[in-house]
Amino acid sequence: MTTATTETDRSAEPLISVDDVTFGYGDIPVLESVSIDVEPGSFLGLVGPNGSGKSTLLDLMLGLRRPDEGTVSLFGEPAHEFDAGERIGYVAQNATKAARNMPITVQEVVEMGRYPRRLFGRFSAADRRAVEGALEEVGITDLASRRVGRLSGGQRQRVFIARALASEADLLALDEPTVGVDAESREEFYSLLHDLNATGLTVILIEHDIGVVTTYATDIACINRQLYFDGNPDEFVETDALAQAYGADQHVLQHDH
Amino acid sequence: MFLTYQRLAGTLLAELPALWFGLTGPIEWFLDTVVGPTMDLLAEVLGAPMLAYPFMQRAYLAAVCIAVIGPLVGTFLVHREMSMLSDTLAHTAFAGVAVGLFLNSALSLSLSPLLTAFVVAIVTALLVELLVEHAGAYTDTSLAMVLTGGFAVGSILITATDGGIAVGIDAYLFGSLATVSTANVGILVLMSLIVGGLVTLTYRPLLYVTFDATAAQAARLNVRLYKRLMVVLTALVVVSAMQIMGVILVAAMLVVPVAAAAKVAGSFKQSISLAILAAEFAAIAGVTLSYVYGIAAGGSIVVAAIAVYVAVLGVQKLAHRLPTVQRLRSLRTRQPRDGLEADGGERE
Repeated sequence: MTTATTETDRSAEPLISVDDVTFGYGDIPVLESVSIDVEPGSFLGLVGPNGSGKSTLLDLMLGLRRPDEGTVSLFGEPAHEFDAGERIGYVAQNATKAARNMPITVQEVVEMGRYPRRLFGRFSAADRRAVEGALEEVGITDLASRRVGRLSGGQRQRVFIARALASEADLLALDEPTVGVDAESREEFYSLLHDLNATGLTVILIEHDIGVVTTYATDIACINRQLYFDGNPDEFVETDALAQAYGADQHVLQHDH
Repeated sequence: MFLTYQRLAGTLLAELPALWFGLTGPIEWFLDTVVGPTMDLLAEVLGAPMLAYPFMQRAYLAAVCIAVIGPLVGTFLVHREMSMLSDTLAHTAFAGVAVGLFLNSALSLSLSPLLTAFVVAIVTALLVELLVEHAGAYTDTSLAMVLTGGFAVGSILITATDGGIAVGIDAYLFGSLATVSTANVGILVLMSLIVGGLVTLTYRPLLYVTFDATAAQAARLNVRLYKRLMVVLTALVVVSAMQIMGVILVAAMLVVPVAAAAKVAGSFKQSISLAILAAEFAAIAGVTLSYVYGIAAGGSIVVAAIAVYVAVLGVQKLAHRLPTVQRLRSLRTRQPRDGLEADGGERE
């Protein structure tokens, strides 16, 4: 990101640094020469039309995929070699879908946040405290023994946030987390993200609702195969980056909601 | 060069049966000193002489083992939406049996067909998993092809040797109580210990990968390793249970009790316990009915398991009609804003 968000910058080194990255699935190009930095403590909103490569860029940032060209560093290490999994909290786009039918409790899901630290063996008192604290922080302590599939969409999203908090992650990445969540719960969910970001957690959010991103994010990256904009929300609304990135797809997208 | 390999392979193959029957010692002891007397006592107390017959004691012990490991692995499999894999591996295990019988007949070896079934099922499981890693998803079509392909190869091998080995193939297809030998029970007990131990040890990563593989990968779990482990465990369970359940029916043991448990379980751990409980009921009821009425064991067990599933559904439906304290309370508290988010309006 640019240095426009000086008050949230805590160190000179970016948390994620994407440098001139190109990526494609087979012959189909998905990203071309994208460079972007994510500063510690920032709240980056990734926007772009459907199929613009947002999710792929997020995968690359987290080291889940390797770029065809260019480099990605995560916490100062090459992203694919980074192995401190507990520092990353990830809420996948389809995470809630799998959660619907499986008989698993809120407690069991949030405990997964401790797995990178304790994949085998007994949980320590510290592990248990972290899980309790996470449940409390997002306000779902009273739901701990409920099945995740029997919660509302908004409650379920909080479970995934709690999982990231239980792992004491430094980075929270979310890929369109509020698909299928009603408007009121979405508001609450995003203000929760905002509060967490204020406590120093770095957030990367993929979101199709531009309004949400400009309200809550400290930085915005607008992509459609290439990077069209990278800066703060105020500048973003003044430029025509959005129109450029969406191009001819725009009416299709609006059709979407 | 080739000859030395062949000779090496020959000696290895010749040694294996010995290794195989090394199992029968301890299990015979177990059957004679633990299972036998206990069940003799039960037979007397319950007035059911069939419990005292050694072949029924073996059958019960085998069924009890199957009912533990089937749902144990099945719970992970079903919730990864891979139920079809167990059926596919069972059918390729049939090809494995046929390979064993064919090799015995063609090269006059005395391999246990169960051993070749293990090898073929594990290799197929890993191949399917590698294909999935490459292609990204399980597809009905590819599993259907592997399933029928495996069965086709099996049928060819069986008919390729003048039908001589076709004798006894029914036992593998539909399962049988009478043909369960002490060695078979030994293998089942051993497999139960191995599978149970592995699942207990890797419970957390298996659960994370089952529930949310992408997040597990982001958390730097070795997702590929655990997915491969899961398919190998499935192969082990399917082949171990094949003898009693039959190739065609064995998948039910990994799926039906799990589906019943998923309806009512409060947590994942509980769903495993309930599934095992349901399977134990079905297995013991099935074996008993099979003996009393002289009907197929595998079929009886599966029908009993489905009966449990239907009963669970029925009870659940009934329970929903009756007002309970909890439901009344939730009705009262769920007024102002839950009206909006009650079901989340989950459109996608």
